Amino acid sequence: MKFFFFHLMPYADLDLDYDKKYNSAWITLPNSYFDPKKGHALYNRYLDELEMADTLGFDGVCVNEHHQNAYGLMPIPGVMAGALARRTTNAKIAVLGRALPLLNNPVTVAEEYAMLDVITGGRLIAGFVRGIGAEYHSWGVNPANSHERFHEAHDIIIKAWTEIGPVPYEGKHYNFEYINCWPRPYQQPHPPIWIPSQGSRETIEWAAHASRRYTYLQTFSPVAALAHFMKLYSEAADRQGWTATPEHKGWSVPTYVAESDGRAYAEAKPHIENFLNKFLKMPIEMLAPPGYQSLASVKAIRAAKESIRKHQTIDELIAKGMFLCGSPASLRAKIAQYQSEIGFGYLLANLQFGTLPHELTRKSATLFAQEVMPHFRDAAAPSAAREPAHAK
Amino acid sequence: MPGRETFETIAGCKTRIMRGGRGAPLLFLHGGGGASVWVPFMEKLAEKFEVIVPEHPGFGGSDSPEWLDNIGDVAYFYLDLIEQLGLKGIHLVGTSLGGWIACEIAVRDDSALASITLVDPVGIRVKGVRKADIFLLSPEESIQHLFHGKALVEGALARVPSEAEMDIAARNRLTMAKLSWEPRLFNPHLYKWMHRIKTPTLVVWGENDRIVPKEYGPAFVDLIPGSKLEMIPECGHVPHVEKPNELAAKIIAFAGASR
Repeated sequence: MKFFFFHLMPYADLDLDYDKKYNSAWITLPNSYFDPKKGHALYNRYLDELEMADTLGFDGVCVNEHHQNAYGLMPIPGVMAGALARRTTNAKIAVLGRALPLLNNPVTVAEEYAMLDVITGGRLIAGFVRGIGAEYHSWGVNPANSHERFHEAHDIIIKAWTEIGPVPYEGKHYNFEYINCWPRPYQQPHPPIWIPSQGSRETIEWAAHASRRYTYLQTFSPVAALAHFMKLYSEAADRQGWTATPEHKGWSVPTYVAESDGRAYAEAKPHIENFLNKFLKMPIEMLAPPGYQSLASVKAIRAAKESIRKHQTIDELIAKGMFLCGSPASLRAKIAQYQSEIGFGYLLANLQFGTLPHELTRKSATLFAQEVMPHFRDAAAPSAAREPAHAK
Repeated sequence: MPGRETFETIAGCKTRIMRGGRGAPLLFLHGGGGASVWVPFMEKLAEKFEVIVPEHPGFGGSDSPEWLDNIGDVAYFYLDLIEQLGLKGIHLVGTSLGGWIACEIAVRDDSALASITLVDPVGIRVKGVRKADIFLLSPEESIQHLFHGKALVEGALARVPSEAEMDIAARNRLTMAKLSWEPRLFNPHLYKWMHRIKTPTLVVWGENDRIVPKEYGPAFVDLIPGSKLEMIPECGHVPHVEKPNELAAKIIAFAGASR
């Protein structure tokens, strides 16, 4: 199994009483809540944490994309990936944005990713997402066109990477006379593509298509949902006449390790609960604008509405397997159990969440790297793992 | 007597149409909430007109055709509908989104129209006058924004919609987003051609509209030659629900003068 340190880079200094006046830390929370001096310290702290992950032996680091919110301060994830490109040596850099439908020109992503891939000598992992519903409010892009624009933008990027330009593109939402991507990507035919999702059946079918076989990442979900969606992926692959392997499946999950279960619980509790109840909180109208999901999904969300709105606790999260929290021994046991049942090849640990301070993040990540990761080094290693460039 | 439900296939789109009453044709174009039910307002108009209430493509009992992308598609769909049903001398009434569609039809071809009544329409932008963000309002806030009368708000808040109604509402909302998310609730090119509307036009506004402020009323009147504005006091965004008799009386009087 391969391990990645996945950072969301929240505005951890957020005044947590914001919710007395505002209903979410997204879209409409005034940016007067952001103090640039504190932001300066946070950005540099977070980059330090990802650089540390490289020296601790993580297989990769992940940056993320969200817009106009306190939950994640990486509206342009390529800036962070660029900063990391020259300060890391072995770790893969996975950009788990870019929200393709938001873009007026998807060729910019082909260019940006190709630059990162060439600079790092092939350490880039290219994420493609639709963004969460809130993004469509923040950017004004029509959510009813989200799927169509995602598919067209994806096709354009692949064309830019795999066809010798200039070539035209004729679509409904995008049209180009000259696609001719300079630079071309270092990895050929293109960098590995990862598709993070909360479990859209449509996305899974699409990622598992025989012509794509993209690694599917389940993000922040109960372990039962993880198992369900990974099974769907395997079944979709079977129908397409190929067999999915662990390298096609990843799990992104908040993770905290401490010396004992009790200590992990006590240290993580306020911060993971802030993550859930302060940073992630949003009304359904923000989360699910019309067209972002299928009408069937809208119906399902309606049924689950109550559970979304109520205060959530660390106990529920641990019980549902949405948060890996405990001693190294407990985590080894849990990960081993889930891995054997579900068969994912990548674990993307959110080792910083909510208000978790640097010292605890550092301690937890170090314990994780030294006492959890080595246990899985030989089990279910993704077969197509590429060697880092400097080793060539 | 409630309207008869019929279905017509127009431009390949199976379309649900309610019809009732006798007289000159009155084509009612609904707003973002759809027109699934024959309401007292329609019944009132059916005393004087043959009232024809289609559901737009993508709304209620009508199909969502592949070709439906923008408001212009809806306008051409209605020009096809008018032709196919053989309608002439039409009194066109559009509320909110329906008012926008009415303008888009009329700038293209108003030869089959005898009068136009726009009720709290959208479709243009008055810079600096903000419409409500209909897509970010909670269901409760939407109701509070829609009606002015307290009793109406409380009645609507107390009512629990059925599963079927919620399914229709979700689909209506999706089509509404498709047509109006960006630019929000207007076509940036429409205003340039509204001088082409030669049909007598009445603009009606609920004085207490919290979705589209009443400042929009004069802007429509400025753009449509010879049009006039009438306000309905103590009324929100949906006068046909909140003040059905007042609105019907205005339409009957105006249409009578425009025959």
